[in-house]
Amino acid sequence: MVRISDCIEKSEYEKTLRDSRNEYNENSFSNDSDIRMALAGNANVGKSVIFNYLTGSDQVVGNWPGKTVKRAEGNLQYEGQGIHIIDLPGIYSFSTFSMEEIVSREYIAHENPDVVINVLDASVLERNLFFTLQLMEMEVPMIVCVNQMDIARQKGLEIDINKLEKALGVPVIPTVAVRGEGLHKLLKQSIKVAKNNKKAEIIIEYGGEVEKVIQQLSTFLESEKVDIGCSKRWVAIKLLENDPEINKLVKSKSNRAIQYANHLAHGLEQIHEEPSFAIMAAERYSLANRIAAGAQNQTEFKITLSEKLDRILIHPIYGHFTSAMVILGLLVWTFLLGNFISGLITHAMSFFQPVNPTLSGPAIAVLWNGALGGLVAGLTLIVPFVIPFYIMLSYIENSGLLTRVAFMMDSFMQKIGLHGKALIPLILGYGCSVPAIDSTRILETRRERLLAAFAITFAPCAARTIIILGLVAIFVSIWWALALYVLDIMIIFIMGKIALKAMPGESTGLIMEMHSLRLPSSSVIIKQTWNRTKSLTYLVFPIFIVGSAIIQLFYVMGVLGPISNFMAPLTVGWLKLPVFAGILLIVGIVRKEFVLLTLVSFVGTDLSLALTSVQFIVLAIIGMLYIPCLSTISILIREFGLKAASVISAANLITAILVGGIAAQILSIFL
Amino acid sequence: MSSEKPLSENVEEYLEVLYKLSLEEQPVKTTKISKMLNIAPPSVTQMIKKLERDGYVHYSPYKGVNLTEEGYKIASSITRKHRLLERFLYDVLKIKKEKIHDQACEMEHALSDDAERALCHLLEHPDECPDDEELIPVCDFQFKTCEECLNRRQEEVNEVGKRDKNLVSITNLKKHENGKVSFIRGDYKVIRRLMDMGITIGAIISVLEIAPFKGPVELLVRGSNLALGRNIAKNVFVEIVRENTCEKDGALSHG
Repeated sequence: MVRISDCIEKSEYEKTLRDSRNEYNENSFSNDSDIRMALAGNANVGKSVIFNYLTGSDQVVGNWPGKTVKRAEGNLQYEGQGIHIIDLPGIYSFSTFSMEEIVSREYIAHENPDVVINVLDASVLERNLFFTLQLMEMEVPMIVCVNQMDIARQKGLEIDINKLEKALGVPVIPTVAVRGEGLHKLLKQSIKVAKNNKKAEIIIEYGGEVEKVIQQLSTFLESEKVDIGCSKRWVAIKLLENDPEINKLVKSKSNRAIQYANHLAHGLEQIHEEPSFAIMAAERYSLANRIAAGAQNQTEFKITLSEKLDRILIHPIYGHFTSAMVILGLLVWTFLLGNFISGLITHAMSFFQPVNPTLSGPAIAVLWNGALGGLVAGLTLIVPFVIPFYIMLSYIENSGLLTRVAFMMDSFMQKIGLHGKALIPLILGYGCSVPAIDSTRILETRRERLLAAFAITFAPCAARTIIILGLVAIFVSIWWALALYVLDIMIIFIMGKIALKAMPGESTGLIMEMHSLRLPSSSVIIKQTWNRTKSLTYLVFPIFIVGSAIIQLFYVMGVLGPISNFMAPLTVGWLKLPVFAGILLIVGIVRKEFVLLTLVSFVGTDLSLALTSVQFIVLAIIGMLYIPCLSTISILIREFGLKAASVISAANLITAILVGGIAAQILSIFL
Repeated sequence: MSSEKPLSENVEEYLEVLYKLSLEEQPVKTTKISKMLNIAPPSVTQMIKKLERDGYVHYSPYKGVNLTEEGYKIASSITRKHRLLERFLYDVLKIKKEKIHDQACEMEHALSDDAERALCHLLEHPDECPDDEELIPVCDFQFKTCEECLNRRQEEVNEVGKRDKNLVSITNLKKHENGKVSFIRGDYKVIRRLMDMGITIGAIISVLEIAPFKGPVELLVRGSNLALGRNIAKNVFVEIVRENTCEKDGALSHG
């Protein structure tokens, strides 16, 4: 049996809420006269585009269902009126099965925004209305924004806004957010709704016995004076659905309300022979269907460009090629552009030359060689590769290409106990493990997140690529470098299999919306890239600078020599490397690139004077695998705790020693 | 048990007695009723006829009285209240056994259904009354046990819909075939998520693409494209819809 997770881990949830406020808004938060607006709706309907347009803030826009887990807030001034906007995560329902759903529900139910802007995808009206109906149950002041009208038109769908407005009893505004169409009107109307605290003019009623039972229960709640601060009708519906959170809240006030609710729900279940949640879902959908059918008119059936592309992208045969092309394209683009930019920066930084500690004294050496050296290394090695990578990844994500790749890769990923969605963190892992591990949050269970994070620690990140390129591609041959890449992918797969054996459990299935392909807005791409680069920089650069300084300090103090001698049986005996390899491996814990940097500082730029081909390859293998870098370890601890982080690190180390040693033994015969 | 009581209470008393006597024999002889209530037989007959008019009993002269379904419902409810009250008076208020019956008789008519349930929980669901150790009739909520009533359905159902002979799994559908969702099995949360995404019982789905190597299935449901992993898709069963009435691109794919 396949399952979806318990992803509601309370501490994590609280953390999400804590993390939510970005410094952008810090100074303007306390303004009580501000109108508070909340953007709510399904994933990929363009909420974040609207949010960006209105606030101009730095918020992450993703195409992955549930990408905007973090709460994004922003402020704007409109005709002298201060407005505070919150962009809620994209969700399909309010059934507390994911953190996104809880965050959204808690916010709407308990923080009472002045107006909820429900954003719909005009091209998938019925499914979107299912969520609208749930919002309406909560009886909050709201306005409906029918977005992506252009995509609906491309599909040949015409939407009668007036009819929709009449059926829902709330203002409805058509928009094309990527082009800014209709957003001005949306803002104006939202302010009006917020100021008048205008709730829906009508209560949308469900069918026959379901409606009767809802009303019976809400009347009962009224008479029992059960008040948990939200609409009685909504509480009644949630009780009938047996929602655990609401159940708990009501139980603390009145046992009898629970009994009565159970009694009524049981009655309904007897009639329909289905569990009550299924009855409610069907009821909402049949209403959504009726409203959608009444308001939209399919004038003609057009096959959109997106559908034509899909015929290739997820074609049983070609689809694999296109998927491989997408991944390969991402990597090639990153390396080509990254190399170019890296060259430019290195040139600009050429003033930086390490000083000789014996001449300058230890303090200068630590500061100049260590701290500043770390900064320069970060600027020349991380930034150039990460920015192009993030830009292209954003395009792939926001266009919807990534969902197609995940679709094609699902069966492969299932082999290591993950589903197609887990491909995202793995691909991210090609850039840097830190954001990749951060993005494992899109997976449902802790077990899956751990499996993915484990695989990521083996993935050839930018730093590992630099080692492979810097050691093997330059001094041995490009083919050996490629072979190491292939070896690394094999190791990921094998280790994934082993981890799956070590952590048995039921695997999660894929349930993913494949929305229409589209050209993403470049402002969204730029903001997303900026946001990601910024958070990575904040995490990595301090470690880089401090770590580099500490290593330099050790070097000046002369403690590295004894340590590398101590490690000699391993490095020289088993791995057949020079004695100083021990030092390389210690400094590499901070950042893997330091392996290369330190080596250069020992022997000069022509490394082939110090190492043989076999040693290059073995050193590259060891450097690639032996331990996650300090930043990765710190994010592993943050996400999974000390124990899991230690186990993962140990597994890395053992794999590295085994694979490196075997390679050293075998290769020394041939080369 | 005086005759000055309001009619409804009087009716309740009669039904209560009938409930008790009908456990011994059916139909219940009017003489037995008269003896038990200490009322003259002609008055009893008169009352029984009234009860019959109101639809609570069937009365056949010389044979006796049977409770109708409606009558039985009221009778068992009032008996239940009576005996719960007896327990309450005896267990909680520590009133002497001899006095509790008459006291309960007075109180039972004023006890609301909600109060009855609360009493039942307070007394931790007793099954017998103290004076003559008679069974307390079960409450009319449709639950097997009292715990079930309070906690309900910690239902983690793992199937929804009806199994039927001619159902096929959507993984057995071919490209562009349509089906009407009839039965889903699997993890509770998977089922709920599927329903949230529009795969409810009765929804029409159409298969758009099936990825090879046991890959996912892409469906069109309610105008949206949805990818389901193979191991989820195989547990969604449909009735094949042959006539191609549903336009494959229509947003109105729900019948």
